[in-house]
Amino acid sequence: MSDDYRKVVQEIVAKFGKDRKRLMDIARAVHAKTGHISEEIVGAIADALGCHRVEVRDMTSFYAFFSREPKGATTIRLCNAVVERMKGMDAVANAFEETLGIRFGETTPDGLISLEYTPCIGMSDQAPAALVNGKVLTNIRPEDVKSIVDAVRSGKLHDGGIVSVKSVESNLQQAGPVIFAPFERGAGIRKALSMSPEDVINEMNKARVRGRGGAGFPLAMKWSFCRKAEGEAHYVVCNGDEGEPGTFKDRVILTECPDLMFEGMTIAGYAVGAKQGFFYLRGEYEYLLPYLEQVLAKRRRMGLLGENVCGAEGFDFDIRIQMGAGAYICGEESALIESLEGKRGAPRDRPPFPVQKGYLDRPTSVNNVETLCCAARIMEHGAEWFSSMGTKDSTGTKLLSISGDCQAPGVYEVEYGITVEKVLEMVGATDAQAVQIGGPSGQCIAPKDFGRSICFEDLPTGGSTIIFGKDRDLLACMESFLEFFVEESCGWCAPCRAGTTFLKMQFEKLLQGRGTREDLKKLEETANTVKFMSRCGLGQTAPNPVLTTLRNFPALYEARIQPDDFIPAFDLKEALKEACSITGQKPHDVEV
Amino acid sequence: MAKPLVATAPFTGCFGCHMSLLDIDERILDLVELVEFDKSPINDIKTFTRPVDVGLLEGGISNDENYEQLKLFRKHCKILISVGQCAITGGVPACRNTVPLKECLEEAYLNGPTVVDGGVLPNDPDIPILLDKVYPCHEVVKIDYFLPGCPPSADTLWAALTALLTGKDVGLPYELIKYD
Repeated sequence: MSDDYRKVVQEIVAKFGKDRKRLMDIARAVHAKTGHISEEIVGAIADALGCHRVEVRDMTSFYAFFSREPKGATTIRLCNAVVERMKGMDAVANAFEETLGIRFGETTPDGLISLEYTPCIGMSDQAPAALVNGKVLTNIRPEDVKSIVDAVRSGKLHDGGIVSVKSVESNLQQAGPVIFAPFERGAGIRKALSMSPEDVINEMNKARVRGRGGAGFPLAMKWSFCRKAEGEAHYVVCNGDEGEPGTFKDRVILTECPDLMFEGMTIAGYAVGAKQGFFYLRGEYEYLLPYLEQVLAKRRRMGLLGENVCGAEGFDFDIRIQMGAGAYICGEESALIESLEGKRGAPRDRPPFPVQKGYLDRPTSVNNVETLCCAARIMEHGAEWFSSMGTKDSTGTKLLSISGDCQAPGVYEVEYGITVEKVLEMVGATDAQAVQIGGPSGQCIAPKDFGRSICFEDLPTGGSTIIFGKDRDLLACMESFLEFFVEESCGWCAPCRAGTTFLKMQFEKLLQGRGTREDLKKLEETANTVKFMSRCGLGQTAPNPVLTTLRNFPALYEARIQPDDFIPAFDLKEALKEACSITGQKPHDVEV
Repeated sequence: MAKPLVATAPFTGCFGCHMSLLDIDERILDLVELVEFDKSPINDIKTFTRPVDVGLLEGGISNDENYEQLKLFRKHCKILISVGQCAITGGVPACRNTVPLKECLEEAYLNGPTVVDGGVLPNDPDIPILLDKVYPCHEVVKIDYFLPGCPPSADTLWAALTALLTGKDVGLPYELIKYD
C-alpha cells in the first residue's frame, strides 16, 4: 500500500479521537478520500484504531456504500426500486449503459465513472432518480443522461452543471395541523421544562401517541421504560434511516421543519434523562447534512441545545448527526444502535430491549422522526388537542408518502382513520388495482379493501403507500420487492438469509409460467417458514409481498400455474451448454 | 406377501449417507428380513428389473448421468426419499455454484497445484457432462420425503424406513432431526 493511504487513514482516525465507536465516520471519511476500502486500508484503519482488522473488515464489508475494490472517481447509483421501474428506469439505465459503453456494476476504462444500482433512495415521488457522489438527481429522462455524464466528466455536477435535470423537490402536497403547521422554535421545550420529566411522559400518555415507524409502540411507555432503566447514562436516538421502499416522509420533514424534530429530541432527552442525542441519517440523504448542521448550530446559538437548555439549570443536551452508509436493516432499532457503535448493522437479540440496554448497553430511546415531531407538538398544544384527532387507538395525524400510479405523488399529512378510498381520491388515482400499504414489508391490498382505514386498528403503516394502476403486472412488482429483501437481509440467520433467496427462486418459477399447484403450495410454506423462523422484523415481514398477494389476489396466481404434476426447475439442454462449450463434449442422448 | 423392494442411488455426494445406512449395525439383519434390495451400490445391482417400493437418494445432481439416473429412479420407484443435505440442497458440491464452471474446471485440471505438465480438461465422450450447477433432487423430479442430516444418523434412517414399510406415520422425533 502506498504510504499516502496510510497517512490519510492516520489523519482521519486521529480526527475522530481514535475512537473505535466512530468507525462509521472514519470509514466514510476514508472512503470519500480513497474511493474504496481495500484489505490494506482495512489493516491501516485497524492499526490506527488499535483494534483487530476483522472488526474493521466485518463493518466495512457490510454497507452498500463502501466498495472493497477501487471504483470510478464518480459512482452513479441509479435507484431500481419498484416505483422507479414503473416510471421508466429501464430506459434511463439503457441510456447510461449506451452513453458510457459499460454495464451496471462496471467502471469506465478511464476510471472516471462507475454504474451501480441502489435500492429506494427516498425519491419515489420523483422517479426515476439517481445518487451521484451524494447529489440526488430526480425525474431523469433518457434524454438527460448525456448531459449528466458530461457534467460528471467536466466536474461541474455540483455547481449547476446540469440544467435539464431537477434536483430534489420537497413535494409536500398537503400540510396538516401536527407536523407541517407553523412552529415557533423552543415553544415545546419551554413548556416541557416547566413540567417534571414524569409529567412530560404523562402528557404523552394522555395524548396516546404511538410510534410512527409502523410498529406503533406507545411513546410514553418507551420513554418511561427508558427513564426507569438504570445505567451510567441515558441516550436519545432519532431514527432517520427511512429505507422502506416508497417512503420519503422524513425527507420532507427534514426539508420543511427539521427544527420540530430536534425540538422533539430535546424534549425526549429531558423526559428520559439523557444528555446526548443522536440523529441517525440514512446515507442516501447526505445532501441534507449541511442544512441540518446549520439548523443545529442555530439552535445552539439560541440556547436550545448545549448547557442549561433554555436556561434550565442542570439540563444539558446536545445532538450529533450520525450518517449511515446504505443499509435498510439499520432502520431496525437495535441494528441502528449497532451501526451507531461503529459496527455492522446486525440486529441484536431482544430482550434486553434498547430501552434497557441500547447504545453502549445503556438505556436508549429510539424514536421515529415523525414521532418526535408529534412529541414536540403535544408539548406545545397539549395532549387533549392531539388526541382529539384520529381514532381511538391511533391519535393525531399520519404522514403518507404516496407514489406510483397517481396524479399527485408526494407527502400528505392526514388524520388517522382516513380510508384508502379517500386517499386515492385525494391523490388522483382513479384506476388502482392494488395499493401497497406500509411498503414491501406491509401489505398489498385489493379494491375490496379500499374501504378500510389507515390506523393501527385496521391498516397500520409507516407511511409508504404505493399505488399500482390497472395495467401493472402486480406480481412482477412483488418480485422486485422480494429481490430487495434478498439484497438487504443482513445474513445473520438462515431462515432470512437463505429463505429470502428460496422465496425469490420459487416465485420466479411461477412467474415464468413453469409453476405447478404443488409449487404454489411450497411457495406459501417457504413464505411462512421465513416469516415465523426469522430473527428480526426484516425476515418476519420479507414474505409479505407473497403472503398478502396470495390472500388478496389469488386469481393472479391461478392464471400462472400449469396443470402438470411436476415441472423441473431447469432445462437439461440449457444446463449442459456451458460444459459442452468448455470441453467440446457432445450432449449424450438422455433417455427418459 | 413379497418383501418390499428398496433401491438406493449415489449421486453427487460422498457416500456418507450410504455409510450411515450400513451403520444400523446388526439391525441390517432385521432390515433384510423386512426388505429386499434392488438396484443399489450395496449389492452392485446396476439396473432396475422390476417396480421398486422405496428409492433412497444420496447426493445432488451435477451431471447428465445423475439426471438420467434420477429420472429412472422416479420411473421405477413408488416413493422417493432425498437422503442428506446434498440430495436436499446440493450440499458441499453445490459450493461450486458460486464459481463459473470454466474457472472450476481450469482450477482442477489446468492450474491447480497438483497439475503436472500442463494438464487437460477431461473431454472423453464417455464421461458424464457437467451441468452448469449442482441441483437438489427435487428440482429434477418430484420427491416424496426428505430426510435431513449430513448424514442422517443410522437411527433416523432406520426409524424412517421402518415406519414407511410398516405403514406408520413417518413423523420423526426431534432428537433425530436436530443437528446442532
